[in-house]
Amino acid sequence: MLSTKNLSHSYKGTQAFNFPDLLCQPSETLLVIGQSGVGKSTLLHILAGILIPTKGEVLINDTSLYKQKTNALDTFRGQNIGMIFQKPHFVQAVSAVENLFLAQTMANKAKDTKRVHTLLDQLNISNRATAKTYQMSQGEQQRLSIARALVNNPKLILADEPTSALDDSNCNEVIQLLKHQAEAVNAALVIVTHDSRLKDIFPNQLELN
Amino acid sequence: MNLIKLAWRNIIHDPLTLFLNIILLTLGIGLINFILLLNTQLKDKFEKNLADIHMVVGAKGSPLQMILNSMYHIDAPTGNISIQEAKPFLREKHPLIDKSVPLSMGDSHKGYRIIGTDHTILEFYNAEIHAGELWNNLYDVTIGAEVAKALDLKLGSQFKSSHGFTDDVDLEHDHGTLTVVGVLKPTGSVIDQLILVSTESVWAVHDHDHEAHDHEGHEHGDHDHEEHENGHAHNDNEEHDHAHDHEGHDQHEHDHSHDDHEHDHEHDHSDPNHHHYGEIAPRRKVNDLSREHLLSQTEKDITSVLVRFKSKTNFQALNMPRNINENTDLQAASPAYEINRLYDMMGTGTKALQLLALLIAIVSAISIFVSLLNSLKRRKYELSLLRVMGGKPAKLLSLILLEGLILSLLGFFIGMIVSHLCMSAMGDSLYERYNYPFKAWIAHGKEGLLFTGTILLGLTAALLPAIMAYKTDIHSNLSEG
Repeated sequence: MLSTKNLSHSYKGTQAFNFPDLLCQPSETLLVIGQSGVGKSTLLHILAGILIPTKGEVLINDTSLYKQKTNALDTFRGQNIGMIFQKPHFVQAVSAVENLFLAQTMANKAKDTKRVHTLLDQLNISNRATAKTYQMSQGEQQRLSIARALVNNPKLILADEPTSALDDSNCNEVIQLLKHQAEAVNAALVIVTHDSRLKDIFPNQLELN
Repeated sequence: MNLIKLAWRNIIHDPLTLFLNIILLTLGIGLINFILLLNTQLKDKFEKNLADIHMVVGAKGSPLQMILNSMYHIDAPTGNISIQEAKPFLREKHPLIDKSVPLSMGDSHKGYRIIGTDHTILEFYNAEIHAGELWNNLYDVTIGAEVAKALDLKLGSQFKSSHGFTDDVDLEHDHGTLTVVGVLKPTGSVIDQLILVSTESVWAVHDHDHEAHDHEGHEHGDHDHEEHENGHAHNDNEEHDHAHDHEGHDQHEHDHSHDDHEHDHEHDHSDPNHHHYGEIAPRRKVNDLSREHLLSQTEKDITSVLVRFKSKTNFQALNMPRNINENTDLQAASPAYEINRLYDMMGTGTKALQLLALLIAIVSAISIFVSLLNSLKRRKYELSLLRVMGGKPAKLLSLILLEGLILSLLGFFIGMIVSHLCMSAMGDSLYERYNYPFKAWIAHGKEGLLFTGTILLGLTAALLPAIMAYKTDIHSNLSEG
């Protein structure tokens, strides 16, 4: 479960973003929409534990993100938060499957080969396991990044414009996969987007302005 | 997927950069190691062979050349000196001289020098007989351990000597077959590379050789023959046209303290086209290897004398070389002084090389630095990703340091292998030049230092990029991406 209290952030010398309190239960999806410049990315990074907010608190289950020490926060993030980006980025030097193993070791988790291959199967990219990520199609890359976000069975999945680069059929496929996988691990899913195609799918929405 | 594996994958992900870095590192480290290999062995050779020789006396010329020739058996002799001239230094019971030994040279066998001398030389190099016996007879040879090994010579093996110091069959002496009667224990000094014979054997071989080379008639030729025929008992080898004998000749040498003609023949060993003596003698005893006997042949020539003083700090002893140089036709030189001079000369060369190698090493460090920095720019997003996935800043720091470390390790090992391979490939030509078996696969003792240096170089080059990775700002990187 994700919740925030009185979150606000101001970059040096600019006006502060004030965010409404959010709540997202396990297996639920929250769509955060808004025009660009309203602080969507800022909110996402605050939720992800990579940007310390000027004020307020982020709670994942009962853990307050920013009350932890930096090192503990890093590990917590790796183990409990999965991130999906607009443009999928990977470690180029290693293969698709090794990118997933990397997500496990970076989060101080034991290598779980079974979990990795189950995910690859479910996302229908197991035939691309040994490929270099830059040799994969965009759809495959986005599915791989979903796999990476899910590999550690996180409690929270954050997706930043996951569909904006995809065509309609790919968009639909990726969203369905994302939704099902989040439900499968009982994670809260927060999607930050301005993609209007998603508004009809997820009723739970928060608009920033 | 641990960090080391990730670092390794990152390195080989960009093969061209890897290639450049490794080439530079290999060049720098390889060159340094090669110089160390060469220098330590050369220095070792020079120092081991000082053998407490405090002075070398020979013909006027370059003192360094004389030292190189007489002590290290590199380079040609400066010339010959007569026993008459050398007598004071060869005398036993000289008040200042502990021991001295005459050397006669000019011949070789398959590149190994044949030295005419007496048994005192063994005391200089602490050499002992390993098998067989010492050279007591004419044409007997006792060989150094290295010679025995390299040429596969055994007791009883026979060979002919070649004129000069190169391995050239055309210059083989036609007469005077030498017989191996003894092999020395390995000493690690230059004596391992020598073929030792009596001074008389050197004279004799040359005498016959001159005969063989010079049937047209030499200015002294007929004269000599006559002398021999007239003055001495005839030998068994009368079938030769010239009908004079070496047996007689040898006897003659032993029996008389003066032979006006013989000494002419010894003057120049390096000139194959000169005097000749009678036909060859069969193997027979040199009855007298004693110093007294040698000194009695005042008109004969030797190449040089090695001298050890009773005390090298004795004032008179210290002044002896200068007195010799100023007051006689001989040249005296102090090995320690000349070798230091040589070091100085070599030092400039090796210093320049070392500087070059160091420069290459620094360039390779810069290359590692730049390529890591470049890859960091390219991997900015990747590094942020690793942070997002839970990687701590310290992990990114170690990752980049590891990349620098792996590069330098690779460079070190490849550089080591390449330099040893080069040494191995150049060994033969170095052997010919320095008359010293350069070993390719030995340690010179400074590997640890070189290793540490290389590691430090890699880490230093990677330090700044690693710190930058440590400070990766995930938020701004991801916002840009």
